[in-house]
Amino acid sequence: MSTLHSKSDAPLWQKYKHGHHWRSQSEEFDGIKLGFWLFLATEILLFGGIFCAYAIFRAMYPGAWLEGSQSLDWRWGSINTVILLLSSYTAATAVFCAQTDRQKRLQLNLIITIICGGIFVAIKFLFEYTPKWSGYFFVLDPSFASHAAELTGNKAFFGLFQEVAGYGGKRPGELFGYPFATDPNIGLWWGIYYSGTALHALHVLVGMALLARVLVKSFKQTYGPTYYTGVEIAALYWHLVDLIWIFLFPMLYLIH
Amino acid sequence: MAHDTHHHEGSYLTPKGGPMTVIWDWATTVDHKKIGVMYLFAILFMFFLGGISAIFVRLELWEPTRIVEGVVQGQLFAQEGATSISAGNDIYNRIFTLHGAIMVFMVLVPSVPASLGNFFLPLLIGAKDVAFPRLNLLSWYIYVLGSLFAVTAIILGGVDTGWTFYTPYSTTTDLEYWRVAIMVLGAFILGFSSILTGLNFVVTVHKLRAPGMGWFDMPLFVWNIYAASILQVLATPVIGITLLLLVLERVLRIGIFDPALGGDPVLYQHFFWFYSHPVVYVMILPGMAIISEVITTHARKSMFGYRAMAYSGLGIAGVSFIVWGHHMFTSMSEAASVVFSALTFLVAIPTAVKVFNWTVTLYKGSIAVTTPMLYALIFLFLFAIGGLTGLPLGTLATDVHLHDSYFVVAHFHYVMMGGTLMALMAGLHHWWPKMFGKLYNEPVAKFAAIVVFLGFNLTFFTQFFIGVQGMPRRYASYPDAFTTLHQWSTIGSLMLLVGFLIHLFVFVHSLVAGRKAPQNPWGSLTLEWATDSPPPEHNFHHEPLVTHGPYDYESVVPPGMDPADYPIPGASPSATVVRSPAKPD
Repeated sequence: MSTLHSKSDAPLWQKYKHGHHWRSQSEEFDGIKLGFWLFLATEILLFGGIFCAYAIFRAMYPGAWLEGSQSLDWRWGSINTVILLLSSYTAATAVFCAQTDRQKRLQLNLIITIICGGIFVAIKFLFEYTPKWSGYFFVLDPSFASHAAELTGNKAFFGLFQEVAGYGGKRPGELFGYPFATDPNIGLWWGIYYSGTALHALHVLVGMALLARVLVKSFKQTYGPTYYTGVEIAALYWHLVDLIWIFLFPMLYLIH
Repeated sequence: MAHDTHHHEGSYLTPKGGPMTVIWDWATTVDHKKIGVMYLFAILFMFFLGGISAIFVRLELWEPTRIVEGVVQGQLFAQEGATSISAGNDIYNRIFTLHGAIMVFMVLVPSVPASLGNFFLPLLIGAKDVAFPRLNLLSWYIYVLGSLFAVTAIILGGVDTGWTFYTPYSTTTDLEYWRVAIMVLGAFILGFSSILTGLNFVVTVHKLRAPGMGWFDMPLFVWNIYAASILQVLATPVIGITLLLLVLERVLRIGIFDPALGGDPVLYQHFFWFYSHPVVYVMILPGMAIISEVITTHARKSMFGYRAMAYSGLGIAGVSFIVWGHHMFTSMSEAASVVFSALTFLVAIPTAVKVFNWTVTLYKGSIAVTTPMLYALIFLFLFAIGGLTGLPLGTLATDVHLHDSYFVVAHFHYVMMGGTLMALMAGLHHWWPKMFGKLYNEPVAKFAAIVVFLGFNLTFFTQFFIGVQGMPRRYASYPDAFTTLHQWSTIGSLMLLVGFLIHLFVFVHSLVAGRKAPQNPWGSLTLEWATDSPPPEHNFHHEPLVTHGPYDYESVVPPGMDPADYPIPGASPSATVVRSPAKPD
């Protein structure tokens, strides 16, 4: 009776039963991990198409790429990079906490990771996409401000929030062409920029959803030293999202 | 067949209740056998749609278009009394696109792996299921969803881009409608299904082999499906991003493939073929997988050069990634063309290894000319023609003359239909008794196979000649000189239709009135024959222990067979693969 009682009291992770077609729980864990690494390989190849197109058009239209990368504010990119790196650290810590049965810290690390993802997407949309579409800049970088002022001929360019004449309606696609563009193929740059970053942002959202699911389950003590597959998988996915950004950031923001 | 009452109690086909329960049970099943069967029926249905459209293509080509007294004649799709020579071309373009897109994305790519592979891969390695059963079911639903997208595009009026969706045509045609975008999204969704199946199989092969089965104890079916699965996982994402960019191109005009916006249409071709060439091997490797099993079983011989066969599958998979350029010889630099041409010839090496090994395996075997064996021989014959006619297409000088002609059409039909589909027919007949626990009518099936063989050659061998003489592909009309050959080709296609209808009859007849199949009707040594026909829910009553190779016909009595029928010197009658007596508990 007492053993029965203590068994029902045990946290969920101790009671986990592996799928009937696996020989043991560790084989199941290994199998799932192998499968997920293969999935991550497909994600790399998916983005590989965009990276490849980036390289080709960069070689074809260096002028457009120069102008395009100068229209991005590297500071927002840097902030987002730091945020994602931090969140990757907390994701890794979450796995460690699950392995060592630190339930509260597991939840805390998952929450921080999700919040970081949210901040990343918010910065991307509020301070990078929206201003470009509606024709103003949110400027942190004075040198960039002077560059933009030079381009537009708008000398009154200071402060954080600047409207730039003739920069409105800068959506992706054929509509993207502005009066002071020096390179006629600038639209391609924005095509690559928006496709790449939006696809990445979509992956951030999917990663957040995965982490949220793991978080909800972790409240019921689903994960612990002998069973932490869900945390491991979500963290692996999050690291991939981070990794892709690590490539996108210098390619788009830093290389001129 | 779910309502059949004759089979062994506890088989996966045993209905669990009334009709609604059975439907719900199948719709939510995670059993790889049921999912394999559901895939099989979905694929056969799409094959029917694709086949019917092929018949329409052939009927249109029965006669060249002529203007007689101001009125068009010989145009199947032209309206009555049309006066323009191109009156029916639009419809013709849509019909052949329909045929190509359905046959490639919805039939050939998933044909063998998703149906027979799903059913038999776990059985052949002695596993209870694939590694991720729920993912497996999800991939079937994704397949259905993708097919629905494609069918929607067809119902809305069809797509006229050809199955390759080449830009800039695919970005500029059909602009007031969404049909191209819907069709392309359908292909994009089907890619997910393909990736999930491939990923599932790779992990299954790595992690779920029965005790005692090392890598080189695996049947060659498993090896070749494994090679194809790796291709599915690594190549499909590239078509994913390509089709996604194509949709973005159409919807947002991002300009990547549109020369008017500075983009590069040849980039689309590179992306497209970086996937679509490897995927040719996703189609043929599972066919080769089936042939290896059928030939060894029905010739009762061990596979000649087993290791070479295993490695050649991986070799084909590896080389397939570096030959895509041969689809674009005319839009690349000369240097690049020479390199891609040379690399293309490399494919011939592992492929020839396979063909020679099958042939040598047959040598001095005790060949039983069953329907599966007949189809395996048909495969060898047709695939050899298909493979050899690939060489002049990979050669730069001859390709300039032959590319985009009916020679190409004939070549890839010999490989894809003569290869993959004939192998699928071989596998379907080979494993039919195991899948459904019923025997089929051998004489009628053999007759149908011969009709299909003759019809196939009549349809496509003629096209080699039409192509060499200069008839381009994808045209609704042609000069009068080609009329005779085109008409022979059309007659052949109708023979194919008749042959397949007889096969359909044989299968339906077997399900309804077939005799009960024994456990091991062919006397095969692989593990799936060590369990019941049809297999029980969990495949084996006890986990199999593998004590011999899959093709040790010289030394082992096959499971379920009477040792008295197998006078093998030195063989012990107990040398079966199932550790414990195969009795239901």
